[in-house]
Amino acid sequence: MSNEAYKGIFVFAQQVDGKLSNVALELIGKSKALAKDLNTEVTAVVLGNKIGHLPEQLGRYGADRVVIAEDPILETYTTEPYAHVITEIVKKYQPEIVLYGATAIGRDLAPRISARVHTGLTADCTSLEIEEGTGNLLMTRPAFGGNIMATIACADFRPQMATVRPGVMQRLTPVDNAHPVVDTFSVPDLAEHVNVEVVEVIKKVSEKMDIQEANVLVSGGRGMGGPENFKLLEDLAEVLGGTVSSSRTAVDAGWVEKDRQVGQTGKTVRPNLYIACGISGAIQHLAGMEESDVIIAINKDPSAPIFEVADYGVVGDVMKILPLFTEQVRKAKEEKSNA
Amino acid sequence: MNIVVSIKQVPDTNEVKLDQATGTLIREGVPSIINPDDKAGLEAALRLKDQVGAHVTVLTMGPPQAAIALREALAMGADEAILVTDRAFGGADTWATSSTLASAIAKLDYDLIITGRQAIDGDTAQVGPQIAEHLGLPNVSYAEELWVEGDTLKVKRQYEDRYHIIRVKTPCLITALAEMNEPRYMTPGGIFDAFQKEITEWHRADLDVDDSNIGLKGSPTRVKKSFTKAVKGQGTVVTMEPEESANWLTDRLREKFIL
Amino acid sequence: MNFELNNEQSMAREMFAAFAEKEVKPLAHDIDEEERFPAETVEKMKKYGFFGIPYPKELGGQGCDVLTYIMCVEELSKVCGTTGVIVSAHTSLCADPIYKYGTKEQKEKYLVPLASGKKIGAFGLTEPGAGTDASGQQTKAVLDGDHYVLNGSKIFITNGGVADIYVVFAMTDKSKGVKGISAFIVEKEFPGFSIGKKEKKMGIRGSATTELVFENCIVPKENLLGQEGKGFSVAMTTLDGGRIGIAAQALGIAEGALDETIKYVKERKQFGRSIAAFQNTQFRIADMKTKIDAAQLLVYRAAMLKQAGAKFSTEAAMAKLFAAETAMAVTTECVQLFGGYGYTREYPVERMMRDAKITEIYEGTSEVQRMVISNALLK
Repeated sequence: MSNEAYKGIFVFAQQVDGKLSNVALELIGKSKALAKDLNTEVTAVVLGNKIGHLPEQLGRYGADRVVIAEDPILETYTTEPYAHVITEIVKKYQPEIVLYGATAIGRDLAPRISARVHTGLTADCTSLEIEEGTGNLLMTRPAFGGNIMATIACADFRPQMATVRPGVMQRLTPVDNAHPVVDTFSVPDLAEHVNVEVVEVIKKVSEKMDIQEANVLVSGGRGMGGPENFKLLEDLAEVLGGTVSSSRTAVDAGWVEKDRQVGQTGKTVRPNLYIACGISGAIQHLAGMEESDVIIAINKDPSAPIFEVADYGVVGDVMKILPLFTEQVRKAKEEKSNA
Repeated sequence: MNIVVSIKQVPDTNEVKLDQATGTLIREGVPSIINPDDKAGLEAALRLKDQVGAHVTVLTMGPPQAAIALREALAMGADEAILVTDRAFGGADTWATSSTLASAIAKLDYDLIITGRQAIDGDTAQVGPQIAEHLGLPNVSYAEELWVEGDTLKVKRQYEDRYHIIRVKTPCLITALAEMNEPRYMTPGGIFDAFQKEITEWHRADLDVDDSNIGLKGSPTRVKKSFTKAVKGQGTVVTMEPEESANWLTDRLREKFIL
Repeated sequence: MNFELNNEQSMAREMFAAFAEKEVKPLAHDIDEEERFPAETVEKMKKYGFFGIPYPKELGGQGCDVLTYIMCVEELSKVCGTTGVIVSAHTSLCADPIYKYGTKEQKEKYLVPLASGKKIGAFGLTEPGAGTDASGQQTKAVLDGDHYVLNGSKIFITNGGVADIYVVFAMTDKSKGVKGISAFIVEKEFPGFSIGKKEKKMGIRGSATTELVFENCIVPKENLLGQEGKGFSVAMTTLDGGRIGIAAQALGIAEGALDETIKYVKERKQFGRSIAAFQNTQFRIADMKTKIDAAQLLVYRAAMLKQAGAKFSTEAAMAKLFAAETAMAVTTECVQLFGGYGYTREYPVERMMRDAKITEIYEGTSEVQRMVISNALLK
């Protein structure tokens, strides 16, 4: 079958507990732009149980069509039933592009499907574009721990598939009164595809704001000296209405939880303001935060790579500067609210 | 229980530095290590061996130099090592890599296959699930714990905000997270023995796999170009007394309307 | 002549270095500060076979060679001199004489648990009145039926109290002088054997250094190590081997101090540039590295001669003399390059300097090494 026979961009719209993941909406946003170049439509594929409220939401964020598969077996994610349903959908609709979030689900599901339908898959993309002339999808991703970027194409196989890092693409502003076309997709023999059993679901408890959701991140690294000094970061974060994140060093040292980690092996963030405190800026760290709108760096080493991406850098003792800075910001905020 | 652990030898990317002048990677002198997730997978296999008894076969695909990673695995306690090596396998993407590895594993007796979740030089996390697909096995990815219960395995599978405790029957494939355990050290005697052991080498002709599914030819994806990331233009960097620094930063926030 | 390590030795060295960095270094400061024996590290080293590196597998060992054992002591000592000497005293001074002089039964009973790390070993020769002149032994052993009765005391015993098995020297016939000395294997539990006072030391403060006290201590006859009256030669041969271990410890301490110093001089700025940019620093570093490499060659040569079964007494003495004096000179110099910080406990070089000093003293002072070397030349 020729490439031309494949049409449309499909997005695997991951939902957990009936709630769409952010990356699903980000992918729809990006797909709209790609679809424009290809003169095609964006379809969101959503799997689960009792998720009838989701198609409308997907429509509001830009999906032209929603394919929905509902079954009690699909309520909790397991690899094989999901892989089977998506494969059947791909076979039926023959999309030219299928995108997944590079999440713990997407990164398990997508490779299984790529092996099954015999097509290429590019992992953890940070940029997608359509190649002029060929109409192929160009997928750009970091490799070597973020040291290099590679642009990858899958010219001879369809669909072209990629997983995309959460937090990299931008979602659209939702519109009211969206009416996407909704196709219900059913797989009669799904029970035959169950090969593992989820015996327990244990939720991680974290009271802190997800660092990918925060508008302001105050981030600490080795230069903070120890976990006791993270209080200084929390103080500033609180005044700015943000939360605390960290470099890998601070996580490896056990100073903060892994879910706070920014970077190649942590999370990609793009807050309005990123304040790097005592972070030297290993390339793996920069890969996770350099898209932030405004970057401030405080570090005692003037040659630290973090200064190469910082909009505003201060060479000095973070322990001394932070409390003063927090105080100044607090005052400025008060003045503003009194004005 | 027969366990096959698939490992990859990788450059220690934490040690990879950029040549500021040319923007290229300095790979010289960068040590090669067993990929951390894979090493945790090996440790998990060795613990099962300690607890319930197992024959642990460690397998890698790579150039002849990758044998050293297998020696290390033997020195840690693996029973047998296989090096899958041939020029024909070169240039493979994850699809072709997984189909090659699957055809190698297919020659072995296995109850459990363990791979790392992902390799630090590629970070794709694809090869494990793809091997499972080629072999028609269930897979559980992102394993943070693994234990035997009766005649099944139980896996603590990690997600961003939760864990699933999953029961899975063998044969199956598990992808391990580095967080799973603290891999043991080799012993001095284990090291000396490891260099006495035979490493089985399998080449192209030893594997029952189609030419169209291996190497560069068997790879659906192609790297069009690779480049070093453009660094954003240098901002303003100042050195002042702490008090002045704090004031200066606050002024910048005002300027940007953050305050 | 071949200066390359073989594959096994290189991999073992990397493993020792990784272990030292991750398991030993984090404790080095505290065990020195608290004068605490690093029992938790010892447990890990037992598990990984560090206590029987050069012995055959049949005897509970790892089946490696002398050089690999020496590199283990060297790598451990790079980050912690205390940890290095625990392995060295156990292996060279206790397991080694039993391996060389022990009967089949003694090897089975004592070497197997020592080499497999189930038991820790020590060596008791020095007495208040018999240090460098070991012939002045006062501890007596009297044969009484199927056992010997030991009376006397030993001092400055490394691994004292923490060890389970001791190779101890005593006079069986005072009238014969050094030819009246015999060696014994003494278990910690033997009646009449107790551990005396623990020394407070300048360096290697985590290592247990104690007195051993024998009050009518009953030692079975079959625990005589070697022949009666041949104890002095057992002691001297054992010390020849032990010197290679201490030389490796000294070498490691010097290397560790230089590593720390290189890191520091690159970071530390004075007069607007890093102190590594000053020629004074550069030349001192060059001299230190040259001395260290010379010491390493001497140490490795002695280890390889011992492995080959050749004579190595003079070579071991030269290795220890030079490595110990290098360790002292290098650590002193490193403290100087660190300046005021080097004198504080915030940085490890002052500990390394204190640790280095003992290597010029124990298992034969530098003066004794010079005697050994010159005797071989002038006899």
